[in-house]
Amino acid sequence: MPGDAGEWRRLDRRTSLVTAAVLCGVTAGAGVPVTAGLTGSRPLWQALAWVLAGAVLLIGGGTVAEQVRLRHTRYRIGTDQVELHSGLLLLKRRSLARERIRSVDLTANPLQRILGLVKVRIGTGESTGGGESTLELEFVTRTEGERLRRELLARPAAPETAPDHDGTLAVLDPRWIRYAPVSFVTGLLGGAAAGAVMQVSEWFGVQSEVIGWIGDRFRDVSLTWVVIDLVLLATLAGAVGSLGLWAEMWWNHRLEREPGGTLRVRRGLLSTRSVTLEEERLRGVELVEPLGVRLAGAARVDAVAGGLAEDDEKHADLKTLLPAAPREVAARIAAEVLREPGAPLSGPLTPHPRAARARRLRRALSAVLGPAAVLALLGALLTPVLFSVAAGWTLALSPLAVALALDAYRSLGHALGGAYLVTRSGTVRRATVALQRSGIIGWTVKQSYFQRRAGILTLTATTAAGERAYDVLDTDASEGLLFAAEAVPGLLAPFLEPVETPEARSTEG
Amino acid sequence: MAGENAVRLRPPRNAVDRRSVGWWRTQWLLGTAVPVAVLGVLGALIGPARFWLLLPAAVLAAAGLACAAFFPAWWYRLHRWEVTDEAVYVRTGALWQEWRIAPMSRIQTVDTVRGPLEQLFGLATVTVTTASSKGAVEIEGLDHEAAAGLAERLTAITGATPGDAT
Repeated sequence: MPGDAGEWRRLDRRTSLVTAAVLCGVTAGAGVPVTAGLTGSRPLWQALAWVLAGAVLLIGGGTVAEQVRLRHTRYRIGTDQVELHSGLLLLKRRSLARERIRSVDLTANPLQRILGLVKVRIGTGESTGGGESTLELEFVTRTEGERLRRELLARPAAPETAPDHDGTLAVLDPRWIRYAPVSFVTGLLGGAAAGAVMQVSEWFGVQSEVIGWIGDRFRDVSLTWVVIDLVLLATLAGAVGSLGLWAEMWWNHRLEREPGGTLRVRRGLLSTRSVTLEEERLRGVELVEPLGVRLAGAARVDAVAGGLAEDDEKHADLKTLLPAAPREVAARIAAEVLREPGAPLSGPLTPHPRAARARRLRRALSAVLGPAAVLALLGALLTPVLFSVAAGWTLALSPLAVALALDAYRSLGHALGGAYLVTRSGTVRRATVALQRSGIIGWTVKQSYFQRRAGILTLTATTAAGERAYDVLDTDASEGLLFAAEAVPGLLAPFLEPVETPEARSTEG
Repeated sequence: MAGENAVRLRPPRNAVDRRSVGWWRTQWLLGTAVPVAVLGVLGALIGPARFWLLLPAAVLAAAGLACAAFFPAWWYRLHRWEVTDEAVYVRTGALWQEWRIAPMSRIQTVDTVRGPLEQLFGLATVTVTTASSKGAVEIEGLDHEAAAGLAERLTAITGATPGDAT
């Protein structure tokens, strides 16, 4: 191998303490219910002895196994390669070419922070074989993690780097916590809290008592109010939970541009995370506005970058550069990240033709009327009660469907802003993406029979980053094609031809 | 809308091989024959439910035959492809039409695939992939020798085109 291979290093010895502590927690969590279960059939001291013996075996065995793993894991940073050798029986050797490394992320949960350890995740951003392209070190000391991050991402400083853009781009404003309760997390956590109460009470065999107790609280109220109160209670719990989660995820958030052309996000209250990505790999940004957050006038900024694990649900939040913040702030920071003075995300967008609106209204109404028709049919066959259910369903949901459809239509838009193509769509999750025009590596044009009759089509720009494909939905056929041809010069233009008459467009070529 | 500058995508230059019609037709027939056969056998064995098994079998068979008669000929007129020095351009679909364009400079791999049915008809499919997992372009229904030649040509062009393909 050409070049210096570097010297072998080992993971930090304190890693086994982390394992031991985690196992202690697990055995404590499992031990209590097991003890409770065992005391039913035998005396308490016997149950305790059994459980303690199991705990000692598990913790001791796990820690020894971890020691063995540590002893057989080593890594080295050469001039060309990063290598990781691990495994006792199954030897694993993984090496990454240093020039391909695109991201180095450091994470530490509270336990690891107390011990001064971090987990290092080195990514190459290859689109193939997700697992094979990353290398994880569990765990090394924080100083070693920082050293690796600096060393692996050190590049000869890019000459085009404008010095005035370097440094901190965004620091968390604690007031943004007000956007936490309006996110979907609230509903999820509220539901989870209610579910957890039921589940835990079932474990201890007191579920019916809990339900009875809740029933007692509401003895004098009607069932409707009971339901409303319980939903409010769950929402309140969810809101409190979302505030806590927000604080844990985003505390000390800081978005920086580092010399050498990398962006770094640092955040976390108890668990700290440091995500670094190469600007060279950045293909754009996405301004995401989930419904609640949008109604509050806020938006979050996601990176559209290769090298971030895109299908990996566990790491889905790594691409977020800025949590929900006031929309102007989010747009400004997005423009700074892109180094685009024209702020492509705040400019006006070309609206889509009315046919797109009709399409959305039709879809929304058929989503409501379809089930209603099925209910009515069943009502005719079985019982008239279903007629009133169908009527109630239609009356309640039609206005909502129409409102969402109209909003979805208003969201549609596209434009060219400097070096970026901007497209926006969605209502429940409205997303405005600014995609680097030079990062577009192909076009897909789709037109259904109905779209063809309405003179609209859907453009899809494919790219090597983010979701790999971004749509311009239901745009005017001719205008959309010209837009695509202008966005990426030379790619689409050779395949366009003029239309003589409007009728000619609907016939097959 | 259709102003004086209105444009549309022009059809790609090359038609697919004539044998594709037979290939598509066989696919339709096989796709129909399997469920129809299953329903038919069940109908023959299970007396009480015979009518309710044979009726869908008959409906399916009729629909499948109609599709086999109708779609392949339509597809043959609409499925077209073209390779220029700059890009690969493919049009597919009848009710849901789709045009795909991948620039030469971004092509990463060129694959030629021949399934058992395709081999029977002497056909092959050339698949061109880019760094975007959603940007692959498939040229179906090529004569297998023409496909091999095309794949070779594509490999040569992409090899000669500079760029890191991302």
